[in-house]
Amino acid sequence: MTTATISEVVPPVPAPATAPQPGELTKDTYKGKIHPDWCPGCGDFSVLSALQTALFELGLKPHQVAVISGIGCSSNLPGFINTYGMHTLHGRGIAVGTGLKLANHDLKVICTGGDGDGYGIGGNHFLHIMRRNVDLTYIVMDNQIYGLTTGQVSPTSVKGMKTKTTPHGSVENPINPIPLAMVGGATYIARAFSGKQKHMVEIIKGAIQHKGFSLVDVFSPCVTYNKDNTYQWFNPRVKILEEQGHDPTDFHKAMDKGYMWGDEIPIGLFWKRTDLPTLEDLEPVLHEGGPLAYRKLGIPEDQAKALIAELM
Amino acid sequence: MATVDFAIGIGGEAGQGIATPGDILARIFARRGLHLNAYNAYQSIIRGGHTFLTIRASDQPVTNMGDKLDVLIPLNQDTMNRHLKLLRGGACVIYDGDKLKPGEHAAGVQLCPMPMKQLCGTSKLGGNTVAIAATLQMIGIEFEPLEQVLTRQFKKKGDAVIAENVNMARAGYEYATTNFKAFPVKAPRGAKPLGIVTGNQATALGGAAAGVKFYAAYPMSPSTGVLMWMAAHARQLGIMVRQVEDEIGVMNMVIGAAHAGCRAMCATSGGGFALMSEAIGMSGMIETPIVCVDVQRAGPATGVPTKTEQGDLWQILGAGQGDYPRIIVAPTSQVDLFKIIPELFNLVDKYQCPGLVLADLLISEGTSSVDPAELDLNVKIDRGEIIFPNGTSGNGETPNPFGGYNDNAYLRYKNTESGISPRAVPGTPGHIHIAATDEHDEDGTLISDEFTNPAKRRMMVEKRARKMQTVLSQIAPPKLYGPENAQVTLVGWGSTEGVIRESIAKLAGDEGIVANHLQIKWIVPFHADEIARILGRSKRVIIVENNYSGQFARYLRSETGFKAHGHIRKYDGEPFMPHHIVDAVKEQITGRAEVSVPEHEILV
Ligand SMILES: Cc1ncc(C[n+]2csc(CCOP(=O)(O)OP(=O)(O)O)c2C)c(N)n1
Ligand code: SF4
Ligand SMILES: [Mg+2]
Repeated sequence: MTTATISEVVPPVPAPATAPQPGELTKDTYKGKIHPDWCPGCGDFSVLSALQTALFELGLKPHQVAVISGIGCSSNLPGFINTYGMHTLHGRGIAVGTGLKLANHDLKVICTGGDGDGYGIGGNHFLHIMRRNVDLTYIVMDNQIYGLTTGQVSPTSVKGMKTKTTPHGSVENPINPIPLAMVGGATYIARAFSGKQKHMVEIIKGAIQHKGFSLVDVFSPCVTYNKDNTYQWFNPRVKILEEQGHDPTDFHKAMDKGYMWGDEIPIGLFWKRTDLPTLEDLEPVLHEGGPLAYRKLGIPEDQAKALIAELM
Repeated sequence: MATVDFAIGIGGEAGQGIATPGDILARIFARRGLHLNAYNAYQSIIRGGHTFLTIRASDQPVTNMGDKLDVLIPLNQDTMNRHLKLLRGGACVIYDGDKLKPGEHAAGVQLCPMPMKQLCGTSKLGGNTVAIAATLQMIGIEFEPLEQVLTRQFKKKGDAVIAENVNMARAGYEYATTNFKAFPVKAPRGAKPLGIVTGNQATALGGAAAGVKFYAAYPMSPSTGVLMWMAAHARQLGIMVRQVEDEIGVMNMVIGAAHAGCRAMCATSGGGFALMSEAIGMSGMIETPIVCVDVQRAGPATGVPTKTEQGDLWQILGAGQGDYPRIIVAPTSQVDLFKIIPELFNLVDKYQCPGLVLADLLISEGTSSVDPAELDLNVKIDRGEIIFPNGTSGNGETPNPFGGYNDNAYLRYKNTESGISPRAVPGTPGHIHIAATDEHDEDGTLISDEFTNPAKRRMMVEKRARKMQTVLSQIAPPKLYGPENAQVTLVGWGSTEGVIRESIAKLAGDEGIVANHLQIKWIVPFHADEIARILGRSKRVIIVENNYSGQFARYLRSETGFKAHGHIRKYDGEPFMPHHIVDAVKEQITGRAEVSVPEHEILV
């Protein structure tokens, strides 16, 4: 064969720093094979780290977790974490994630992506996953810019923002994901900030533990292409809802908080409800027999007879 | 040869209840053991317009609607006006004599007006029942089967409705006995009772038999029948069935479910398929097997939603950017649709690529009688090289040689000689990997995440492509039907098999023209050598296809270099009838045309 094998082309991937015994979880367990290739200082490092910590603290085994993304800088995350992963198409992470979750509801499914990915090209899937209340967690690294394609306006770019495709400033209103998710029917709606990693860990843990669709919109600054919404810009503005005694079961207060922007921008858990069943709960097909993906194929004799009888 | 071969046409406005009498007649014929084919010409409206159902039955297999009608049942004046003039001597028209006026008609056509007011009072759809009762009487079928089927049909509506319909039917039956001249030949009985199935039902049944556990779709004619069947049987069969927000979502969900380890499937029509195409490329890139059925309708864009065409060939050949392996098949009948789905699942599971089915309105919405023995739901299931967690797979236990969480030994995209790399599903310990639509390395790592490497890129392109080298040996090559040394070879693909076969018999019988027939079913991979060999020996090759530009003719030429001598094409939305092909062959043999475009005489 004329094709090169992997070992001839690159040095073998170094083994993780500590090689844990089977069954033993450490924080390093969740480290991926590849070191992230994000720009130094990119907010996405903090999200990755928070997610790894959350998985570790929740004691989730890597093979029981699937991290699924779309396309974008942020969407490269599944390559950097040691769980099952998929790096799908631009905007399609949550659609693929829904299929995967329904096919194997024993898995913890975490979708990750960017603002363009989730609120732009994938917007339709976003609307519908919320009303379905699929039990998965969606972490959007919202840098208010298209990072991977080198700095174009995004659906969350603020009005007036100058980008490569809005050289005179954007004239369009941005999407506000928090109120959008509230009217869309999401059952866990939170925001985090890459500059507050500890807080983010708690928010992500809450999201993963929540039964139903959880959205974590993260201010994850793009240090290369968004010179407006920087760490320095966010730092004095973000206010942690948990420290303000916000009641996440109060819909109207949550809406009010969601609309706040400017000198004070709330982060934390805006809204949570636990009274709604998930899609999986409502699907009798999943009630017995374990994950669909692992079930035996083929039609039992009596059912086959009944199907044929319908045609007679 | 068939001893009886008769066709009944029922026409009216949408909403006049044509489906019910059609269904009743089809059931009666099939239970009697007669073969049948039913084709409904309709429009994309819920009320009004013109809908025309043709049911053709025989003691021999029936594959198409045929060329003539024996019984016309017009439910409105419009249908009378459109179709009466096409009846030939010996046929009859059964209608409401109080309301409809027959017009010009051929000599020997029997007019059968029925006093509907007297026979069925004020019942709105009663006339339909009366007319089919008269039809059955005239073709020599006893009353009892009708009574049984009516009882089944109206079971849900209660005894009173059953009794009302049975009484009307009896009145119609008796009226025909005393007033009309019955047909000289009587409908015989077949060897055993047959069932009836639409192509969409057959597709769904094939999926269920193959072990589909996830079915998603967005409604689009003429594919929606599959979704409806799946939805109706989801709980009974343990299939997750979802109507998704759009076809982009459909294909992406299907891939997610397939990646998890389910056999997952969807069906759509050309427009929906267009939306799926980027994701079909994902199936190719991450090597997650899926099956997608494109039930073609007349395009482009919204096109003619309720009319048939074979116009998506090049769309499906080009679906998804880039160059990647896929398997494409064009089934030839309802039963073939049933059989192809499990076969294709076995292939795509083995080769880890998308499997695409090119059906069309003609066979998918068309109804056929079926011998229940042909629909063996106990099909072969071969999932290929797939790794499930220990002890949880019902598909043969796969011992898991790996342990721990950071095992680097498992290479999801291992560069094997066959190009096939064992596929572990999420949830399997020790096989953690990422499946990426970016180009990736053997272990799944994105190549663009390290550095783009031409050698690795080449290796992975070749690895995926190599899988296709052995597919051809797994599928049946096309076979020449009919005498070797014929004057003409008719070549068709997919759904036209039945009508071409019949036109060959007609050419031989009525015209003394010896023709043979090659029907192509597997599009990718393509039996290029075999096909070139067969066609190379043919005296005159005429390609029959349901599109304007000769999509298959171009494909054949691109794959084999073979240029056909003539073409018969139809793109008016209606399927070929046997005489269309017969007349076109005559036209071409006498040198009057190289491309024939038959006219569809019936305006439906
Ligand atoms: C169908 C399609 N259209 C466009 C692209 C190009 N593209 C890749 S990533 C991206 C935007 C990414 O922005 P975002 O989702 O916000 O992610 P970020 O890079 O900012 O993290 C675009 C437009 C693509 N890959 N696929
Ligand atoms: S371009 Fe922006 S989003 Fe992308 S890695 Fe760099 S800093 Fe992060
Ligand atoms: Mg972004």
